[in-house]
Amino acid sequence: MARSASADRATGPSAAGAANGAANNSTPLLSLRGIIKNFGPVQALSGVDLDVPAGQVTALVGDNGAGKSTLIKTVSGIWQPDGGEILWEGHPVHIRDPRAPTALGIATMYQDLALCDNLDIVQNMFLGRETLTPYRLLDETSMELKARQTLKDLSVTTVSSIRQAVGSLSGGQRQAVAVARAVMQDAKLVIMDEPTAALGVSQTAMVLDLIGELSRRGVAVLVISHNLNDVFSVADRLAVLYLGKMAIEGPISDFDTQSAVEYITTGTSSSSSGTSTTVSNSNNSKD
Amino acid sequence: MSSTPTPPQATIGGDDQAEPPRAATAEDVALLANPELVATSLGEYLHAWVRKVRQGDSGMLPIVGGLILIAVIFQSQNTKFLSAGNLANLLGQGAPYVLLGMAEVFVLLLGEIDLSIGYLAGVGAVITVAVNSTHNQPWWWAVILGLAACTAIGALQGFIITALKLPSFVVTLAGYLGLEGVLLWLTNREAGPSSGGTIQIKSTILRDLVAGNLNPAAGWIVMIIAVALFGAFTILRDRRRASAGLVAPPFAVSALKVVVIAAAGIVIVIICNINRGLGRIPVKGVPWSLPIVLGVLFIWTFLLGRTRFGRYMYAVGGNAEAARRAGINLNRIRITAFALTGMTAGAAGIIYASFLGSISNDINGGQLVLYAVAAAVIGGTSLFGGRGKMLHAVLGGVVVATIYNGMSIIGLSSAADQDMVIALVLLAAVTVDAVARRGSASA
Repeated sequence: MARSASADRATGPSAAGAANGAANNSTPLLSLRGIIKNFGPVQALSGVDLDVPAGQVTALVGDNGAGKSTLIKTVSGIWQPDGGEILWEGHPVHIRDPRAPTALGIATMYQDLALCDNLDIVQNMFLGRETLTPYRLLDETSMELKARQTLKDLSVTTVSSIRQAVGSLSGGQRQAVAVARAVMQDAKLVIMDEPTAALGVSQTAMVLDLIGELSRRGVAVLVISHNLNDVFSVADRLAVLYLGKMAIEGPISDFDTQSAVEYITTGTSSSSSGTSTTVSNSNNSKD
Repeated sequence: MSSTPTPPQATIGGDDQAEPPRAATAEDVALLANPELVATSLGEYLHAWVRKVRQGDSGMLPIVGGLILIAVIFQSQNTKFLSAGNLANLLGQGAPYVLLGMAEVFVLLLGEIDLSIGYLAGVGAVITVAVNSTHNQPWWWAVILGLAACTAIGALQGFIITALKLPSFVVTLAGYLGLEGVLLWLTNREAGPSSGGTIQIKSTILRDLVAGNLNPAAGWIVMIIAVALFGAFTILRDRRRASAGLVAPPFAVSALKVVVIAAAGIVIVIICNINRGLGRIPVKGVPWSLPIVLGVLFIWTFLLGRTRFGRYMYAVGGNAEAARRAGINLNRIRITAFALTGMTAGAAGIIYASFLGSISNDINGGQLVLYAVAAAVIGGTSLFGGRGKMLHAVLGGVVVATIYNGMSIIGLSSAADQDMVIALVLLAAVTVDAVARRGSASA
């Protein structure tokens, strides 16, 4: 309904993003329909719907136990849903194992980032998809050049040498390496689980910049966060999970901090009477 | 020399990270951990290296220093220690330890351990010697069969560990016991009842693997070719990186490396070419064991450093879950690592038999495997996986062999004395490593 309302922000600066956004305006990149997941008698997800449009930042929020991580792990192939349907670019897909989403173009960044501390930045960025020379040896030169270019494109400027071990990097820099790896894999959707949870102020700003950069490049981002400040500063759309159900989903401009908190804590909002049409003026200045 | 604090390629986006005076941020700390990565001149490089050592990342410094210290101690006790005869003997005596150390590196890199390689080496040696001596097959066929058997046994252990998800410690402990039995059974069967459990090596080539020498001229030629290839590869790689616009170590640093290697090569060849014969027949030349060990070192270093398999070894050892998510087949990497460990152990066994001139059923496989782990760890291989190089195991193996050899020379030849001293060295090496790691982690 109001999906196109905030699309201009995401698709404005980048031609690629505009094209991508336009192409997928009618069909969301990823659609979840009625996803159900039970753990024994506990129903963690009871029929969740979620649309993730291309080239936009969708924030998934919810209180502890609302089912955010469960939902993400279903999309990432960590476990199978007990019911419902996953549509990728409009087509139903079955995500049976963690490699299936990679093949589709979904990169998931968990909080632990899955980096090898003992390997350097280039080695981590190319892990599992190394460039080889004609003699089937590692082509370090071309990998380093491409890694450098990718980091430059993402405006990552704080790394002194891309040949330093990832273990020696700060939290924000590690996030940057993980994002750069996803970008280099030509991911169409990057799912980030609490990317700023353990970071300081400047590192958080750096990661939020990266998220903005991703959406400018036409990559869809689905970000889980507890931090509403971060959500309102970077997201185009907001989806609130409440006790395993999607409480509300819509453009970020339909929400303000207060209504978002109400949806997170109660599943409804008294100020907007359960509809997403009430537009608050408090955060219009953000665009 | 510090006129160019920031090489344009070194920092992405050209942030002036190389100048330290501003407040220390996480980025600065990261830079300090790897200062030589952005150094552009020899002076800067050395400066950065000293800083890195001070911070606790001492690399090969402790082991080289330790080796010099050990040599000085033994030499002061008995001047025979640094004689040409003993040094050449050390090359042959140390080769099995060095090879076993390298064997252990493969599994240690994954955070696993293989306790069976001592007796596995023995089994490989018995198979090779028996095929050659008892069954009168050519030496090369015997070597292939010995190595193949050890590779297969290693792979089998790796398969059991991955397929049944058992700890490698327990599976290879079973391998240790079982292979000791296999060794006894096989030796007694092949050697015959009257031999006392010993099979002599028939093939002169097998015996010459350790006892034989290159003739002096060949020693020089092999050394010069090896150093020339090393130098050419080092400098060509730097050139290629520089021409692609990447940070390459300063030319002087690479040149210095080549010069040091060349100097070491020249010293070794000169010492080995001194006549060390005790009787009238002159004995001189580089023992065959040296180029064999260096060849294995080169191949395994190449495998770990330049191929996708090697990269995955480090990845699995560093963070197995990350490697799995990157699409790496963990089981295949693990089984291959155990197979390579087995193969290298087999080579160590054959060299050991060559050094002894025969193989018997009283090989102390328990001590051999502990020396192998000690060699790898003394050299700086982490027991927790992901960290270590083949060269480290070689240096560690040289330390172990040197202590072993030196203590016999100064008259402390009992196993009791040797084991106690090696225990102390092992403890010292692990302590240095742990303290260094703590130092760099808190930096």
